[in-house]
Amino acid sequence: MPRAIAALCLAACVFAVVAVAAFAAGAAPPLKAGSFEPPRAAPDFVLAGSDGGALQLSKLHGKVVLMSFGYTHCPAVCPTTLATLAEARRSLGKDAGAVQVVFVTVDPERDDVATMRQYVAAFDPSFLGATGKPEALAAVRRSYGVVARKVPLGGGYGVDHSSSIFLIDREGRLRAQMPYGRDARDFAHDVRLLLAS
Amino acid sequence: MRAKRTGALAALALVGVAAAAVAWAALAPITVASRDELFAIPQGTWARRMAGDKVEILPATIRLTLGVNDVLLLRNLDDVPQVFGPALIMPGQSFRLPFEAASTYSFACTAHASGQLQVVVDPMPEPGWPTLRWRLRRWLR
Repeated sequence: MPRAIAALCLAACVFAVVAVAAFAAGAAPPLKAGSFEPPRAAPDFVLAGSDGGALQLSKLHGKVVLMSFGYTHCPAVCPTTLATLAEARRSLGKDAGAVQVVFVTVDPERDDVATMRQYVAAFDPSFLGATGKPEALAAVRRSYGVVARKVPLGGGYGVDHSSSIFLIDREGRLRAQMPYGRDARDFAHDVRLLLAS
Repeated sequence: MRAKRTGALAALALVGVAAAAVAWAALAPITVASRDELFAIPQGTWARRMAGDKVEILPATIRLTLGVNDVLLLRNLDDVPQVFGPALIMPGQSFRLPFEAASTYSFACTAHASGQLQVVVDPMPEPGWPTLRWRLRRWLR
């Protein structure tokens, strides 16, 4: 009888360990970014790419896309964001090739294709800038919930704009949105998770 | 005489219980079932707005505490997409935003008249007065 009880206890312990291990293996680690549940298809668009061609988002399927909105005259937020994304990409090593950074302008008046090319290449030659007609860019912003507002700055103007970075997985689903100011390691962490999923 | 003594003992016991409760509130570790701080847009919000009702969905400032309620969970139960805090959330969709650093975060937010949402993330309170103050604020909320 005591043997039977001991065997039962042992079986219960083994079952508990297996159950916990199975649960731990099944639960995906959380993203550092804010995540959408359930994710939706990232709204597609076609804009003028800084490489001289048309930049269609859906053509980037197969890569994890990190997309931010900003402008080349931005005094702080955009340079910080792009420098962080460049650092994150470098830290990914061989996985860097599976990541595409896209920078969409909110200031088409000043950001033409040549300006965008020069600007994004200063951070990473693989980065793509996107510009276009004001109404086309406004439609893209609306589809992502991005706000941008011209404000007087010095003798000219600046643009107040949303500063989050959108994370799009290889299937083209809008999975997450990283708030401004996060570390390059957070981006690398999330990109690795998206590449593995 | 006896009644007076009983009353004094009862008062003493009451003070003891109160002191024990305060000590517990100040020193017991803070534990929570979920770290999500949920804000939901109820169904019909858009329709109410269209009818001229000035519906306030989010407070102007949201206070979170690291390790306690440091995940902002925004849920859109309405029938139309909503820019809610930092994200455009589709009907039936949720946005889960974890915070790992104590700071003040500003987001553009069309749900506010000011166009801005502030999220203040406080550090986990130390045992003692900070924990007691945190619990009191929580209970009074």
